[in-house]
Amino acid sequence: MTVDPRRTALALGRFGLGARPGDLARGEPVEEALRREILAGTVPLPSGPDLAATPTLLAALQAEEQVRKLAREAGPDVPMPAGPPPPPIQERVYRAEVAARLALAQAAPTGFVERLVWFWANRFTVSAVRGSQLRVGAGAFEREAIRPHVLGRFRDLLLAVATHPAMLIYLDNVASVGPSSPAGQRRGKGLNENLGRELLELHTLGADGGYTQDDVTALARILTGWSVQRDGNAEGLPGSTVFRRGAHEPGAVTLMGRTYLDLGPEQLRLALDDLAGHPATARHVALRLARHFVADDPPPALVARLSQTFLDQDGDLARLALALIDAPEAWDPVQRKVRSPQEFLVAATRGLALPPDPRVVMGALASLGQPFWSAPAPNGYPDEAGAWASPEGLRTRLDVAARAGQLAAGTDPAAFAEAVLGPLATDETRTALRRAESRAQAIALVLMAPEFQRR
Amino acid sequence: MSDPCEFHPSRRAVLGTAGALFAWGAIPRTAYAAPRARDARLVVVVLRGALDGLSAVAPLGDPAYADLRPGIALTRDGTGAALPLDGFFALHPALPTFARLYAARQALVVHAAATGYRERSHFDGQDVLESGQPGPGHTASGWLNRLVAALPAGEGIPPRTALGVGVVPPLILRGPAPVLGWAPPRLPRASDEFGRRVLGLYEARDPMLAAALAHGLDVDALAKGGPKEAVAKDPGGLRGLAEGAARLIAADDGPRIAALALDGWDTHANEGGATGRLAGLLGGLDGVFAAFAEILAPRWPDTAILVVTEFGRTARVNGTTGTDHGTGTVAFLLGGAIRGGRVLADWPGLGPAQLRDGRDLAPTTDVRAIAKGLAADLFGLSPAVLAGRVFPGSEGVRPVGGLVA
Repeated sequence: MTVDPRRTALALGRFGLGARPGDLARGEPVEEALRREILAGTVPLPSGPDLAATPTLLAALQAEEQVRKLAREAGPDVPMPAGPPPPPIQERVYRAEVAARLALAQAAPTGFVERLVWFWANRFTVSAVRGSQLRVGAGAFEREAIRPHVLGRFRDLLLAVATHPAMLIYLDNVASVGPSSPAGQRRGKGLNENLGRELLELHTLGADGGYTQDDVTALARILTGWSVQRDGNAEGLPGSTVFRRGAHEPGAVTLMGRTYLDLGPEQLRLALDDLAGHPATARHVALRLARHFVADDPPPALVARLSQTFLDQDGDLARLALALIDAPEAWDPVQRKVRSPQEFLVAATRGLALPPDPRVVMGALASLGQPFWSAPAPNGYPDEAGAWASPEGLRTRLDVAARAGQLAAGTDPAAFAEAVLGPLATDETRTALRRAESRAQAIALVLMAPEFQRR
Repeated sequence: MSDPCEFHPSRRAVLGTAGALFAWGAIPRTAYAAPRARDARLVVVVLRGALDGLSAVAPLGDPAYADLRPGIALTRDGTGAALPLDGFFALHPALPTFARLYAARQALVVHAAATGYRERSHFDGQDVLESGQPGPGHTASGWLNRLVAALPAGEGIPPRTALGVGVVPPLILRGPAPVLGWAPPRLPRASDEFGRRVLGLYEARDPMLAAALAHGLDVDALAKGGPKEAVAKDPGGLRGLAEGAARLIAADDGPRIAALALDGWDTHANEGGATGRLAGLLGGLDGVFAAFAEILAPRWPDTAILVVTEFGRTARVNGTTGTDHGTGTVAFLLGGAIRGGRVLADWPGLGPAQLRDGRDLAPTTDVRAIAKGLAADLFGLSPAVLAGRVFPGSEGVRPVGGLVA
């Protein structure tokens, strides 16, 4: 196969995290590089001293909050330690988690697998803005529930997500109790249907997936008892997922026309397996994937093809990713998608080979409205141009690009344009570059060019 | 982590993600037409996540109310007593500004209100509320944008006085009529010169990006004069946002129609009563009301603020001292242009047989009827235009008259 640099530039933006210097000059067809990343079957795991397992993080948070409470109660007589107080654990861990993701994104060969991780973490949002437990645990959720399954089976991903402590906390399942269970009878507690509803609406079937309020209630019943361990005991570490039989609603439950006997924790696994294999789930996943990678309004033929692959391959997400890059519709030469703020910033640091300073990138992401794992609602960040290419969104991108141009003023603008845009650069962009009043401005212009803002 | 079931967000954490002001950047010709014609300002506040109307405005006179809501019900007496409205309904104690305006007959509650949507998905519910369409699945344009488009052709805000921008425009204002936005800035601004160069590139190649950036570049003397100090005190905070937004709207050549979206109302667990999570959210909303009333004072007689949410929450407290997705809820109207001091409610009752599906406050007033009544009285839009363009398929939903003073 001959290597077409235009196709390489297009694909590195659309499916990956953007070209690094030298990427467009490679002799290998870009399809091969993308395929190799998927077929390798390994998803890189971020690591670092603060990136501990969820129970460890939640226990440390609990301990630190306890110490702070005691210090407050001790009153002002106790001498304060000199200097500014260290950041609370949730801030330290959140920053370390984001820094680790930025390092992975910078180093990824094409970034296709990282993009899939981002995509699934957003589809299964837990939001770090919802309190200290989620601020400390959002990154761990992505490491523990998302990454191990991104190239595996959808049903394993779904089970891992639904039963992870962060999701159980975020969508209130920790507090949901079967009204007829011993705990429900004793404490007068009952159902909270938040997780049950979002599992159907956002995570599997989709809002038009044909379920009713009764199905929402049924899944909420099945989910009762799935909670987070409070104190360490024989059942597990504090902060780990626990199935409390005493809080689980007893009895068989009918969900989407199927009856699930009360087999304890197995009841949820069976129900989620069926939801994961439902044709409505296949359609929903296919639509979201195509919308994310290809076009806000993706070609119906592409969605149908991906949906069929999902069903034929039993929800194998690696096969689904390969089907995406094998689909001719996914290679439309028109760049229809506007890069999200995360995609834009990472493409900029990769293209400029600037080691990303986590504080700067996090500040820019906050200004642009897309800090990591911080969507305002469980449906995640939007995936449409209208949301990101807004007047203030673009105005802020100008500010970010101007700043990046200053930071990278040692880079040769023409070489930079060649490295990240290559044959995609239009005559207008090349002319604007030549007329730029400074190197910094020329680099900022490349970052703001339509060919870079879109993918 | 004192308890995995508990969640104590700071107000900042809940509301900090909240929103930005989006506004229509043109002045309707009616503003100049006749010296006595009203130059009205309409602000729509969208509360995303489904406000619990039964806690915001509690039907203390309903015999079933207290029993449905152990742990979160408001009371007439004691600390944190609800603020009396009309003997039957009482206001949440975190809304003192609203209570003051109600006493001054400048605030009104519509209770047992809902859109035409009867399912319980936030996202479909928000789409219906904001698109103004009879059902979900229409996200091309919002009703406030179509309302703007239906007004007599206006004049653009003169160059150099337009607004900065907010990050994600809410659906309610998306559509063919040009929209500006504003959010408190956080990064130093790039030079205008650089902005013009990029705009030139977009104009040659990418009309969509060009249109958005052109609006974004209309950096405004108004915002520069006002909001900066407010922002400095409370960067990214709700109060700074509200004050900056109010200043923009208050200006002579400021936008006449604006929308503000606030997230975080999805109180599934530990909702709280007179104090707690919802009380914190309502307190933030009351601060927005106070900022608008104070800064818009010169325009107040011509100002109407409509506060709506996608649906209500279950009448009965759930198993986790919160409430799940429901149907009927409240809408608020406030401003000097409002004939207030009233609770409008065809009260359906909270008895077991009166609840919708045995769980929700049954809706008796369509929020489109309120919005249509407001639009008719403020801007003189005809029923045919309102049913044809602004709220398609709403012929059967008659505008509520007499909302405007």
